[in-house]
Amino acid sequence: MSHAVTEAPGQPARPQGKPALSEGKKAERKLGLLLCAPAALVMLAVTGYPIIYSIWLSLQRYDLRFPDERQFVGLDNYVAVLSNSYWWTAFGTTMFITVVSVAIELVLGMALALIMHRTLVGRGLVRTVTLIPYGIVTVVAAFSWFYAWTPETGYLANALAGDGAPLTEQWPSLWIIILAEVWKTTPFMALLLMAGLALVPDDLLKAASVDGANAWQRFSKVMVPVMKPAILVALLFRTLDAFRVFDNIFVLTNGANDTGSVSMQTYNNLIKGLNLGIGSAMAVLIFVTVALIAFIFIKVFGTAAPGSDQGSKR
Amino acid sequence: MAEIVLDKVTKRYPDGALAVSEMEIEIADGEFVILVGPSGCGKSTALNMIAGLEDISSGELRIDGSRANEKAPKDRDIAMVFQSYALYPHMSVRENMAFPLRLAKVADATVRSKVEEAAEILDLTQHLDRKPSNLSGGQRQRVAMGRAIVRSPKAFLMDEPLSNLDAKLRGQMRTSVSKLQRQLGTTTVYVTHDQTEAMTLGDRVVVLRGGIVQQIGSPQFLYDHPANLFVAGFIGSPSMNFVPATLEDGTLKSPLGTIPLTDRVRRLAEAADAPREVVAGIRPEHFEDAALLDDAHRHGGVSFSATVDVLESMGAEKYAYFSLEEDLATTAELEELAADAGAGDVPGGGSAVVARLAASSEAREGSPLDVWFDPDRIQLFDPAKGTNLTYSA
Ligand SMILES: Nc1ncnc2c1ncn2[C@@H]1O[C@H](COP(=O)(O)OP(=O)(O)O)[C@@H](O)[C@H]1O
Ligand SMILES: [Mg+2]
Repeated sequence: MSHAVTEAPGQPARPQGKPALSEGKKAERKLGLLLCAPAALVMLAVTGYPIIYSIWLSLQRYDLRFPDERQFVGLDNYVAVLSNSYWWTAFGTTMFITVVSVAIELVLGMALALIMHRTLVGRGLVRTVTLIPYGIVTVVAAFSWFYAWTPETGYLANALAGDGAPLTEQWPSLWIIILAEVWKTTPFMALLLMAGLALVPDDLLKAASVDGANAWQRFSKVMVPVMKPAILVALLFRTLDAFRVFDNIFVLTNGANDTGSVSMQTYNNLIKGLNLGIGSAMAVLIFVTVALIAFIFIKVFGTAAPGSDQGSKR
Repeated sequence: MAEIVLDKVTKRYPDGALAVSEMEIEIADGEFVILVGPSGCGKSTALNMIAGLEDISSGELRIDGSRANEKAPKDRDIAMVFQSYALYPHMSVRENMAFPLRLAKVADATVRSKVEEAAEILDLTQHLDRKPSNLSGGQRQRVAMGRAIVRSPKAFLMDEPLSNLDAKLRGQMRTSVSKLQRQLGTTTVYVTHDQTEAMTLGDRVVVLRGGIVQQIGSPQFLYDHPANLFVAGFIGSPSMNFVPATLEDGTLKSPLGTIPLTDRVRRLAEAADAPREVVAGIRPEHFEDAALLDDAHRHGGVSFSATVDVLESMGAEKYAYFSLEEDLATTAELEELAADAGAGDVPGGGSAVVARLAASSEAREGSPLDVWFDPDRIQLFDPAKGTNLTYSA
């Protein structure tokens, strides 16, 4: 038998590091699956069904204004959306808002987290104050930004914009949208990062001090690498969230001057335009993009998917 | 290499806790000094102050003669080994050991050779490219040591470096730490709560209790001449036995019988102005089974008879536990001591007298036994203040 080492055909090689499960582990896994089943069924009903249904809708020509013309068209809707420059403009805008706001949030969130982690006096107060923006309903906050930037009456417009109306121009609008997003969600980022900071043992930082590291080196060479998993999870959460930006844009500019996001586009087609086919295709595209972002984070950066079992790897 | 002087160093934490009080130690260049004491007595605090990880509330720390109170840890050129090892989990063994050198901007080639040299000494060569999480406890401990020695620092500070190892490995590592220190000749301050480590490792031992230095001396000196009840009870294993006793007409009346005072003990007790009521201390190893001794030897000492409650045979020796008719010495001092020393994990609790007997002893549990001891070995303590009334330097 010269080919004794080759695998039997059709049987893929077992990936390394995943040895066969013992009997006990198998039984445990089975029990685990059984216990998860009710929740999984509910999940399927409330998320699986709508997803399948919108995929189904996206494959049809279906405009509520012309319900009689409903017809299965395959991928025509996708072709229509993907060959449309409005969609790509919205996509670019969304990406820009996502990347810039998440980057700013990461830096500010880390600073806030460090402050909250290190504060010795009035810790509770500091945390509460920090979390206030996150506690305010986005639409309410968005309206206060809107009024603040309205010429003549808004204090920010008066103070910073001079005679102009920033919310009627593309770039100022985008920055104001980013500002509103950052103001609102930095606390959330800070909270996630603070949980990560708590995972860095004090002894490690002490060891770095005696090893000769200054404050910045302790932060960049010890703290950040050790809390990298927490940072990636925080980034993943915020990126997925930011990509679906809607309320701030809806209130601040309503998508005028090319400031609309993909979610705005979807809303305009689906709810305003009553075009279920095109709207659903857009919704599915957003879903795919979001899934892709999550995939990249988990596979490329090695982010531990929230809830994934790390314990059994040891 | 350096000389470290603590001059009335005091640490008061912001919450008011006084962790270290007026600590006064002079550590000579190349010396191996042990800080020993029960948990919470301020050992780590003292070490952290030397490292610069805690501010000094008052007093002065001098390293090589110059004041170091205000120096940042990175400017003190001191290496530290932690109980948790504090290895950087994202770095390989090699990177962990190279970290202090890289921070000091040492050239790559030098870093490599120094790390490899240290790995050689510590037997880590084949583990250099592994991550700390894949190493055993003993290997991690050696990496922590490696990270300390690559820099050839002025001094090593070690905070219970062996406490997380199992007993056997701890014994082995104790020997290698001692050898390593001798080989490198680097000034070392070593913190432990384990009196065995203190006795076996150090040139000098500093016994701490409640942030106050109790006594400083060589291990043998502390064993032979403890300054007070605490040191007497803390140093030596099993601990010294304490019984209440009354000084009367040149004899000592105690639950062990009436013991004649030897000239030496009498002179010392008189010089110390001993009160009538005292605490007599005698070490387990100073007892012997009377049946094993020849007559001449026997007459040189005192015997008493007691029933053996528990007998532990260790192979090379036997430990016999007795309870005496009368209560054993209890003073506030002794009770605290028992609490500090964690009594209760000894058979018979803190209330039994322990004797170490030769393996050939035929003592049996439940049977009476004649126990012999040399009265000159007895130490007397002041029950109120705890001071050793028979102390002689
Ligand atoms: N950061 C701190 N704040 C307040 N008190 C502390 C702090 N660290 C230690 N202590 C107190 O100081 C005393 C000595 O602690 P420590 O030096 O850690 O003892 P050891 O290392 O001997 O076990 C203890 O009573 C402890 O409660
Ligand atoms: Mg300690």
